[in-house]
Amino acid sequence: MEPEAQGPSAIDIYVDILLLVLLVAAALVVVTLRNMLAAALVLGIYSLVMAALWVVLDAVDVAFTEAAVGAGVTTVFMLLAIAATGRHEKIAHRRPLPAIAASLAVGGLLIYGTLDLPGFGDPEAPAQQHVAPHYLEHGEAETGVPNIVTAVLASYRGFDTLGEVTVIFTAGMGVLLLLGIARRRREGAGASEGGSEGERDRE
Amino acid sequence: MEALTHVNYWAAIALAMIGLYAIIAPSNLVKKLIGLGMFQTAIFLIYITVGKVEGGTAPIIDPAYDVYSNPLPHVLILTAIVVSVSTLAVGLALTVAIKRAYGTVEEDDIDEQDRR
Repeated sequence: MEPEAQGPSAIDIYVDILLLVLLVAAALVVVTLRNMLAAALVLGIYSLVMAALWVVLDAVDVAFTEAAVGAGVTTVFMLLAIAATGRHEKIAHRRPLPAIAASLAVGGLLIYGTLDLPGFGDPEAPAQQHVAPHYLEHGEAETGVPNIVTAVLASYRGFDTLGEVTVIFTAGMGVLLLLGIARRRREGAGASEGGSEGERDRE
Repeated sequence: MEALTHVNYWAAIALAMIGLYAIIAPSNLVKKLIGLGMFQTAIFLIYITVGKVEGGTAPIIDPAYDVYSNPLPHVLILTAIVVSVSTLAVGLALTVAIKRAYGTVEEDDIDEQDRR
């Protein structure tokens, strides 16, 4: 291990902390905004900051997925749903105290749990010891793919990815059925055609 | 620098707490789904943090580098991001269906209509 050979990590941790502060700030803004349209757009910014953070944490594949799917597709879904459901959030009559108590209790337990975790970037951490070194050392020879994330996703754990595709397929059918059935019931009889996004768009 | 070793975990927990609050407190169903998504990203952050190795680089094999971050959390979270978008789409479709049936997406109003 010669960390110095691969660039200073001290600057990384300051960029990391700056991005984390931006993330928490964006999250607070999203929760407090009453205008849902604005909340959806700030959520897009949140996802984009998250994508930048993934790059700092060396997860470049996750970064472009987050930028495309998290900041892109999610924002489009949100905007379509908000167009269909109205952009103003009503002020809730319930007391916020149970919600604050629940999140503080969960947060406290989780922080207690982190105290035993290995430090940030520790090369001796258990997560770095078992199968990961095998993939890094033999992955290129065994699969011919230099990008180990791709090698694991498409080759070593191809069935996992098949399961993922099944989930997407099921979700797509669920969306189509939900919007299609609701439309048919409202209109009495009938034909529902077109994709889920298209239907939401017309609302 | 010692105090900074867990800052990623704590930021992730802060995001999880904000997300959990946004699931429980608001009456608006879309806002609850935003909170759910935020809670999920908090968990992603914990996983990716575990995979980071000090001085490492992205796990793309190149003769110029010999320390790489752990690729396994990246694979898991890639899958999880796509699944989270799928669940979000189903949730939003349910919300749109509720809007059609009740004329509102505010939980308080829906409860009131159900009681009648």
